[in-house]
Amino acid sequence: MVLTPILTAHWDEADSYKLEGYKRHHGYVALAKALKSDPDSIIQTVKDSGLRGRGGAGFPTGMKWGFVPQNDGKPHYLVVNADESEPGACKDIPLMLANPHALVEGVAISSYAIRANHAFIYIRGEVPHVIRRVTNAVKEAYAAGLLGQNIQGSGFNLEVVVHAGAGAYICGEETALLDSLEGHRGQPRLKPPFPAVAGLYASPTVINNAETIANIPYIIRNGADWLKQWGTEKSPGFKLFAVSGHVKRPGIYEAALGTTMRELLEHAGGMRDGHTLKFWIPGGSSVPMLTEAHLDLPLTYEDMAAAGTMLGTGTPMVFDETTSVVKAVSRWLQFYKHESCGKCTPCREGTYWISGLLKRLEKGEGQETDLEKIDELCQQIMGRSFCALGDAAATPFPGAMKHFRTEFEAGVRTAADIAFDPAATTIFSKANV
Amino acid sequence: MTFTETTWNEAKELAGRYPHSRSALLPMLHLVQSVEGLVSSDGIALCADVLDLATAEVAAVATFYTMYKRHNTGKHHVGVCTNTMCGLLGGDAIWNAISSDLNTGHDETSEDGKITLERIECQAACTHAPVVTLDWEFFDDATVDGVRKALSDLREGKEVKSTRGPVIKGLQASERLLAGFDDDEFDAPAIDEKMLAGLHRAREVGQTLPSSEV
Ligand SMILES: Cc1cc2nc3c(=O)[nH]c(=O)nc-3n(C[C@H](O)[C@H](O)[C@H](O)COP(=O)(O)O)c2cc1C
Ligand code: SF4
Ligand code: FES
Repeated sequence: MVLTPILTAHWDEADSYKLEGYKRHHGYVALAKALKSDPDSIIQTVKDSGLRGRGGAGFPTGMKWGFVPQNDGKPHYLVVNADESEPGACKDIPLMLANPHALVEGVAISSYAIRANHAFIYIRGEVPHVIRRVTNAVKEAYAAGLLGQNIQGSGFNLEVVVHAGAGAYICGEETALLDSLEGHRGQPRLKPPFPAVAGLYASPTVINNAETIANIPYIIRNGADWLKQWGTEKSPGFKLFAVSGHVKRPGIYEAALGTTMRELLEHAGGMRDGHTLKFWIPGGSSVPMLTEAHLDLPLTYEDMAAAGTMLGTGTPMVFDETTSVVKAVSRWLQFYKHESCGKCTPCREGTYWISGLLKRLEKGEGQETDLEKIDELCQQIMGRSFCALGDAAATPFPGAMKHFRTEFEAGVRTAADIAFDPAATTIFSKANV
Repeated sequence: MTFTETTWNEAKELAGRYPHSRSALLPMLHLVQSVEGLVSSDGIALCADVLDLATAEVAAVATFYTMYKRHNTGKHHVGVCTNTMCGLLGGDAIWNAISSDLNTGHDETSEDGKITLERIECQAACTHAPVVTLDWEFFDDATVDGVRKALSDLREGKEVKSTRGPVIKGLQASERLLAGFDDDEFDAPAIDEKMLAGLHRAREVGQTLPSSEV
């Protein structure tokens, strides 16, 4: 499969993040086209394109929009999920720094399609410069009559608010995000009702990932079939792959869905010199890890699922043989413990106990029965938690055990830092230069 | 502390930006933190007053989110990402070095009151690991020496620039931006080689799209 610089096509131009730079490359042409069409036809085009959500779950976007009841007399809302906090995920943040107008134009078109007159872009709080760039893009769009009242004489009104979070991974979960946006603690809501029926302020709401929404202008301008030239029937289109870790050229690689990890690795210059791949994770710490044996699988929703993992956020993390998998998993579990919102017992208690047991194994002070205990705890969390954060927390350990059981067993006697010199894992290590 | 008329008016302005005023609570907490360097009981009272909520309700929200600090902070906030990717690639080493240099632990402030240190979670910049934040601005591809230098410059009041963002001004300035009050620094450079890696590679291997499409 091929590299497809689309969202990233003009990031090397000095004003890629400004209205002028965006307009130089068909910016807001799709909005003008959309405003002249029937909103339902836009939903249909997005359905036909087969676009799937880029936030992790891969839900079909057009179908989600179709769930919003029409002529119900209630206000509708569009909420962009730009909370990007999943360990490993780092693609929405660069996108918003370099091409915020694709997001803003996408917001305008999507709002028009679902008949929303108010949209919110919820950005995690820890990224002030991203908030500057998106806020400026929104301001420029207002000033140019591309947002606000009677947009381009169409009679369509849209207010857009850029909203900063305040540090909580759980706020990326869509219903927790809504609670947070309403000024509450970010804790998930019971579903149903789904947000499409009762979301923000109990009104019909569409929540989409930032990358999903940024795809919309390109699809509307070029057509549904244009998107389908890439990827597979079930996973059409292109994706911002963010490759991180022990590779020569970590970075953002925009490519067709169905590209393999071997191809991506090659684009990224391969593993750092003198080292070999140990494990990689296709889409964030919440999806099971893979190894060398999986390098030739197409990166699609369906192929990753068939391999027992998920495409997730499509941001592969790559680790070489210097890495202690026990330490890696232990660190992720500390994260889930910290980020568990505390609403339900399996996740709140389970993450506490698992992270404690893993810490002990990491220090080489584990007990023979620890692995069994952790496994049991994971099983008690999986499928029994109130939201997907619990399932995510129960994923890294069994995923790693499948490939590296003996390393965990060694944790009963040997500290991870003895088995794997931490200095060798760093990118400052001599072996790397 | 009593807040000035300006802060009260700004808080009310925030409340007016949303269809339902309570949605302004997070921005408002950022606002009071931008004034005081923490979310104090007075700050909570202000939010409660403007939004007509019980102070207990506001406090429950403020304590849920890690960015709100209930104790005094230093002039600068320094975050070291120690989630798996950054921690293993060098964040742990950076943390150990500066925490011991400053004799300051997690969520503590250095004796001179200049720097609050925090071990932070994934910053959505793993391609740039190890990542450090200075007043939440990116300080990417960090090294032990580079961070040491930045911290000593910050303590001496010298200019330090974010790798993808503006000159570092202090936690309170960042908090004001997060509250929703713009600072016109959007032009500060933010695009680097790692963000362009795929685009450059695509050109190298001749896999670009026609200009009529993108
Ligand atoms: C704990 C947790 C964190 C999440 N974080 C994010 C996030 O930061 N960004 C995001 O778009 N989706 C995130 N999601 C997924 C959202 O709940 C939701 O599926 C997504 O925003 C829908 O958008 P999409 O259909 O465009 O993918 C998260 C889910 C969970 C359970
Ligand atoms: S699974 Fe965890 S994060 Fe989700 S509701 Fe339960 S405690 Fe909260
Ligand atoms: S792990 Fe540090 S930025 Fe992702």
